[in-house]
Amino acid sequence: MRRVLLFIPVALAVALGIVLFAGIGKDPNRLESALIGKPVPAFELADLQNPDAVHHDNVFKGQVSLLNVWGTWCPACRDEHGDLVRLANVEGVRIIGLNYKDNRDAALQWLDRLGNPYALSLFDPQGKLGFDLGVYGAPETYVIDAEGIVRYRHVGVVNERVWLDVLQPLLQQYGGQG
Amino acid sequence: MYPELGQFTLILSLLLASLLAVVPLVGAITGRDSLQAFARPLAAGMFVFVALAFAVLTHSFLVDDFSVAYVANNSNSLLPWYYKFSAVWGGHEGSLLLWILMLAGWTLAVAVFSRRLPTVMVSQVLSVMGMVSVGFLLFILVTSNPFDRLLPNIPADGADLNPLLQDFGLIVHPPMLYMGYVGFSVAFAFAIAALINGRLDAAWARWSRPWTTVAWSFLSVGIALGSWWAYYELGWGGWWFWDPVENASLLPWLAGTALMHSLAVTEKRGVFKSWTVLLAIVTFALSLLGTFLVRSGVLTSVHAFASDPTRGAFLLGLLAFTIVSSLTLYAFRAPVVHTRVRYGSLSREIFLLLNNVLLVSSMLLVLVGTLYPLVLDYMGGGRLSIGEPFYNTTFSPIAIAVGLLLGAGIFSRWKKTDGGWLGRRLLWPAAISLIVTAVVMLGLGGFTPWAFAGVLTATWVAVATLADLWDKSSSRHGRWHGLRRQSRSYYGMVLGHLGMAMTMAGATVVSNYGVERDVRMSPGETAELGDLRFTFSEVGERQGPNFVAQYGRFDITRDGKLVATLYPEKRQYRVQRNVMTEAGIDAGLTRDLFVALGERVGDNAWAVRIQYKPLIRWLWLGSLFMAFGGFLAIADRRYRIRERSAGKVPADSGKLEGDVVEAVS
Repeated sequence: MRRVLLFIPVALAVALGIVLFAGIGKDPNRLESALIGKPVPAFELADLQNPDAVHHDNVFKGQVSLLNVWGTWCPACRDEHGDLVRLANVEGVRIIGLNYKDNRDAALQWLDRLGNPYALSLFDPQGKLGFDLGVYGAPETYVIDAEGIVRYRHVGVVNERVWLDVLQPLLQQYGGQG
Repeated sequence: MYPELGQFTLILSLLLASLLAVVPLVGAITGRDSLQAFARPLAAGMFVFVALAFAVLTHSFLVDDFSVAYVANNSNSLLPWYYKFSAVWGGHEGSLLLWILMLAGWTLAVAVFSRRLPTVMVSQVLSVMGMVSVGFLLFILVTSNPFDRLLPNIPADGADLNPLLQDFGLIVHPPMLYMGYVGFSVAFAFAIAALINGRLDAAWARWSRPWTTVAWSFLSVGIALGSWWAYYELGWGGWWFWDPVENASLLPWLAGTALMHSLAVTEKRGVFKSWTVLLAIVTFALSLLGTFLVRSGVLTSVHAFASDPTRGAFLLGLLAFTIVSSLTLYAFRAPVVHTRVRYGSLSREIFLLLNNVLLVSSMLLVLVGTLYPLVLDYMGGGRLSIGEPFYNTTFSPIAIAVGLLLGAGIFSRWKKTDGGWLGRRLLWPAAISLIVTAVVMLGLGGFTPWAFAGVLTATWVAVATLADLWDKSSSRHGRWHGLRRQSRSYYGMVLGHLGMAMTMAGATVVSNYGVERDVRMSPGETAELGDLRFTFSEVGERQGPNFVAQYGRFDITRDGKLVATLYPEKRQYRVQRNVMTEAGIDAGLTRDLFVALGERVGDNAWAVRIQYKPLIRWLWLGSLFMAFGGFLAIADRRYRIRERSAGKVPADSGKLEGDVVEAVS
């Protein structure tokens, strides 16, 4: 009878294991799963080039687009910038830029020097939209369909491989073009 | 080229670990010495190849090889070389490699320092260590390879090390902590070997003790460093946040403390065997659980590594396999017969039993507090976290009870202690503690029940420990002779208990008598805290190697005399663009003065937090005392004698020889 008591620890361990197993994969921090399939959060942000113009979340309506989060302080953004310019000019992708926690003059200089791939640039110095989107860090790129629904989130640099393997198929799926 | 070499050496060490897990064990079971003889060389080989892999990864960091994904994610060419070095364990993959390096190191240490153990025991212990190594090497190779390349798109520069981790604390905190975590694997391996053998005797307890003590000491240092780092780096002057990951390190510490004490009883008196072996398993299981909690992303924490469900599942599988198999082995093999040894209802055995009950209760409390949110989520109750009040109201009474019992238990004797004698013995220490506490309370100004209980307990532990030292050191040849006659393990215990008293005193005083003020200040303004005047004299800017800092200059005066000048900073790191608060701290044995620069409010005004933190250094000093006590204890003569007489006695007469040593010491 006493030996039965010795099985208590192993029974407790198994019970704990089941609970822990259920906890795996449910990331307590992540927002992306919540946002995918939902509309882009409502926002009101100034235009990067024209401080007086204000954009709302309706800029995504009507055409599938990429939303690219970038900043001049982010070396990886410089890395992907050439690819973005190519996507915009050669592939004809509509890219909306979200200039994130940045300085307006520095950002304008950067676009002057490296080329401007963005159909439209949102200026978000306080990271408001970035926060609503759950941006971890730049660069991040979101696929947003013609209804303004977030379809995919890519964390990290967009390069040739990411474009061919991931983004192009998604753009074709949601927009029928690419 | 080099990174591939690193991966290759990791695979080789996995092969050696697999052999180590099987060959000596088969040798031990079938009684073939030729197979058992492989144990030590295999342990050494495994260590060499893991160390090579670690060296290769370090090299990749130092030469900025951003083609290695892990380096690109955790380093940057602007990083000073010492942070490039510590960035090796700044992320999941590298810190896991460090974990494995420690494990291989402990395995090697067992192989080297086990000349006196029976061959069968050595083979089994090393085999168990080999099994644990196989699990973790598989984990790193399958899910978290630190040598993965980013080819052909090599980034121009790295994403930089998290600025929070760019600090001296990070260089030393994880290695110490892992030394402790992983060190408990030795006590675990001894327990498993003893269960397989069915030889849970005094010799087993004696061999486990020094390994447990040294692992516990490392863990104490690691936890103290973590707390100190949180204090000055997270920026707001707290020293313990009951964060799940902090709790994860506290759990094995509490279980390990209980294990150290119950091993003493098992060695000296041959009782509590089943309990001790269970504690050895649980302590290591909690170390593994801590590793799982940090790396699987099931809990929210400032420390948690990027989460990845595959890793979590793999690690949980590993954890489940280790714990379930060892606890099943325990259930079948642990002795249930009542031992013949008798002890009275008032004896050192009982005091140590109560110590264990309290320590294990506090451990369960922290465990419940940490996992409750997960369990609730599992039941469908949504996510929430348990806050400080829960721990403060439940943990503190237990800590006080442990301290009060400790003071009495020090004087108790094995087998039977006379109640009246003990009561008379405790009279003076109790009186002295009460007087000291009263004086301290008057000095600090302001009485609260919790502060009183905490200070009284701390004083009581210290006074009782010193009184016992005084008793034991009385000698016909004078006090000095008596003091010198005490063993190092006794002094280790004295230091450990004094350290605990210091930590308790520090924690109580700083929690109850610390003062903090949040003020809005512009340069030229002055704020007062008690009799101290904090003058915000100027703001400036300075360039660091990879950050720009705005700093404020604060002159702190008392009665017109300058006490300290502090330069708290707000640093903006260039690459990750994070803003870090670097507090200005004037550290002192009796108090810290702490100034943190917060957000800029308005044109030229800043949110400033100024704090007066009495005795906060005692917290960490006490932990260092505890750790030093542990190191002193394992330097005891009885462990060295065994080493010295190594040449004379045949290898498998450890039991006999151990008894001789016992008679000597």
